[in-house]
Amino acid sequence: MEFGPILSSLRRNKVGAALIALQIAVTLAVLCNALFIIQQQTALSRATSGVQDEASVFIITNRWIGDAGNVAAREQADLAALRALPQIADATVSNDHPLGGPVMVELITLRPDNPRSGTGAMVYEVDDHAINTLGLRLISGRNFRPDEVISRNGVGEHQAALGGVIVTQAVARALDPRGNVLGQRALIIPDGTTAPIIGVVDKLQSTPFAGNSPFAAQSMLLPYRTVESQVFYLVRTKPGQLTAGTTAARNELYRVSRRRIIVGIQSLTDARRDVYRGDRGVALIMGVVCAILLGVTAFGIIGLTSYWVSQRQRQIGIRRTLGATRGTILRYFQSENLLIAAAGAVLGILLALGANLWILRSIALARLPWIYLFVGAIAVLALGQLAVLWPALRASSVPPAIAARSA
Amino acid sequence: MLGYYINLALRSLRQNGVLTVLMVTAIGVGIGASMTTLSIFRAMSSNPIRDKSSRLFTPQIDNYGPGGEGAVTEPTSDHLPMELTYTDSVALMRAHRARHQVAMYATVVAVTPPDPRQLPIQVPTRATYADFFTMFDVPFEYGAPWSALDDDGAAPVIVLARDLNDRLFGGANSVGRTLRLNDQEYRITGVIEDWNPMPRFYDLYSGKFGGPEEIFMPFTRAVAQRLPSAGMTQCLKNPGTGPDVLLHSECVWTQLWVELPNDAAVRAYRSYLAGYVAEQRRVGRFGWPARSALRDVSQWLGYNRIVSSEVSVLLLVSLAFLLVCLLNAVGLMLAKFMARAPHVCTRRALGADRRAVFGQCLVEAGVVGILGGLVGVGLMMLGLHVAAGLFSGAAVALTRPDGGDVAIALALSVGATLLAAMYPTWRASHVQPAWHLKVQ
Repeated sequence: MEFGPILSSLRRNKVGAALIALQIAVTLAVLCNALFIIQQQTALSRATSGVQDEASVFIITNRWIGDAGNVAAREQADLAALRALPQIADATVSNDHPLGGPVMVELITLRPDNPRSGTGAMVYEVDDHAINTLGLRLISGRNFRPDEVISRNGVGEHQAALGGVIVTQAVARALDPRGNVLGQRALIIPDGTTAPIIGVVDKLQSTPFAGNSPFAAQSMLLPYRTVESQVFYLVRTKPGQLTAGTTAARNELYRVSRRRIIVGIQSLTDARRDVYRGDRGVALIMGVVCAILLGVTAFGIIGLTSYWVSQRQRQIGIRRTLGATRGTILRYFQSENLLIAAAGAVLGILLALGANLWILRSIALARLPWIYLFVGAIAVLALGQLAVLWPALRASSVPPAIAARSA
Repeated sequence: MLGYYINLALRSLRQNGVLTVLMVTAIGVGIGASMTTLSIFRAMSSNPIRDKSSRLFTPQIDNYGPGGEGAVTEPTSDHLPMELTYTDSVALMRAHRARHQVAMYATVVAVTPPDPRQLPIQVPTRATYADFFTMFDVPFEYGAPWSALDDDGAAPVIVLARDLNDRLFGGANSVGRTLRLNDQEYRITGVIEDWNPMPRFYDLYSGKFGGPEEIFMPFTRAVAQRLPSAGMTQCLKNPGTGPDVLLHSECVWTQLWVELPNDAAVRAYRSYLAGYVAEQRRVGRFGWPARSALRDVSQWLGYNRIVSSEVSVLLLVSLAFLLVCLLNAVGLMLAKFMARAPHVCTRRALGADRRAVFGQCLVEAGVVGILGGLVGVGLMMLGLHVAAGLFSGAAVALTRPDGGDVAIALALSVGATLLAAMYPTWRASHVQPAWHLKVQ
């Protein structure tokens, strides 16, 4: 294709060409970053929590009214009642849950002389029913024994030694690169408690707020029976019985005692939806903005190129008279757009990288992968070709006679 | 002349319908998208107590010392703890160096409704002093705050929010009646009107855009009852065990606000605060040259960077979007004005000067800007409505567009369109009349 004439004609139309190129550049910059953010947020909200079959698990946030003295006994009565329900497979009590519960982090280390060698981990205070209730996959070691579970009254209270601690694989790897931690004695700081590592589970999310940092997979289970005014009962129903199980559990708890507040009762699926609502909102807005942006840019190209075509009718007619085919005219406008769009894409890639640097600083996001720039550039080039098609077809249908007529 | 130009503009816009619709849509969509995020941004970063903002201050004390940086979860520019220890709050309250001062913290209570058929509920509560209501200009529907004597005596008294009063007492005047909180009787001294500053500047760490706190009770009472904090508690070291542990620890979990009427009072309070910190060092509590700070409401909001970074990113994206829409409008207007070159030439030939042509084109651009702005305002309403559904329920209150938002949208639309029209207009007014007339 002869680029020479295109370039010299563009030189006479600098502003229009620059407008299109700039539009394409900004569109590309927004497109790359928005797609990347969408991909990151979606991946985050779909990341597995380690809980098997989340759709069968629900959380009851329970708060006691009055006498704090016998909370431990009241809790045990609740759990016994819940486990006895026909719809329910198992239940446990915890200080936390993996989809938006409170954040309580302690340090676990294998070397008391050098605490910095340890790693932070989310604390789950649970009894021997937790692994079964949550459906965690124990990849080595064993579960807690019932006699190892000790009541813990508030965060401040702690034991000098515990029967054991179960860590996630991520914690095991952080403590020892080969993950060889089973049977080793760990120190938990700032509690000052020591416990042998008795088991390693495949995965248990620490908190959704950790995003995609390594901390998201770092959790540990301590054999404490949480005795606090507010606790979470984690309950697994038998398959397909979530609704029936939720209702039955609520009624059963109020039957056991009405001197309580059921602050919330929510399936893990709903908890997941709520905790990622903001992220999904951002992703959706980004998606809509991208779609409209592509539309606006396309219309801009159509508008300006149509104007050029109408301006150059006579020239097109002359070329047709001198023997240019319709295909030549069509190709002329397509190549012209390709040239402008390519210039815009180069500028856009630079803009996209700049914007990514700025976003990196303000939200914890990874560096923009090259594939996004590549795909984005192809997309805007294709968009340009598509948008220019209609005006170019109109140009190619200019009859040669027009050259003679309008002179 | 202006009327004639507007008439001409409308005619010309009608004449080339498709192009006009494209232009108005481009501008409208750009304005709508950018104004939606701008309104969210504005609502989030707005000052919730503008009238008194520069007279209300919150002190900070460096009780962590060097090495405390790691304990601050959301690092700020100067690494000072964001809250105060109980010890410091009480000491500053006792010193009584400001016109008003209130210590406070967030807690949660269990409320047993007077109607036995209703189940007990959990209510977010603020433990504070009677001066809270005076200091923050909280309007009362019934009754009044509790008294200073109640503060001193840790009396079982409360103030309810209107919404809770509606739910518990059907909206009746409940002043003087009692309510069971955590299994104890509390006397109601007042009911406040709807009041929920956004963001909750006085305690940004117990849900800054969260639902309203519905019960207020004396700080002294809450402490006497050992009601746990429902806000942020940060400790550098494990405080140990026991019910009183937080009262004597170096954990920060309380907030303190003071009202200082003028610059002299601010200077006096600053030097008092520095003196207090130095004194604490002398008695051996701090082993480092401890710092202190005093910030007013707007400084405090800026210091805490309360606008979420996702919103900043959205703002950037929508500004880029507006830019594309405007580039688009420049192109379309260029096409439109140049297509009318023959008309312009006729006018020029009939004696209109360049300024007149320039004015006429600008008026036409202005009309497009106004139309685009109206479309934009509509889209903004729609966008905010959708955004309220997408984000958590609390954001709903944030995203009610006010007159300011609409005015900004229209001004932005007209301003941006005129700016975009500058080049096309300039080109149109520099068309050579002779050349075009010859063609015709």
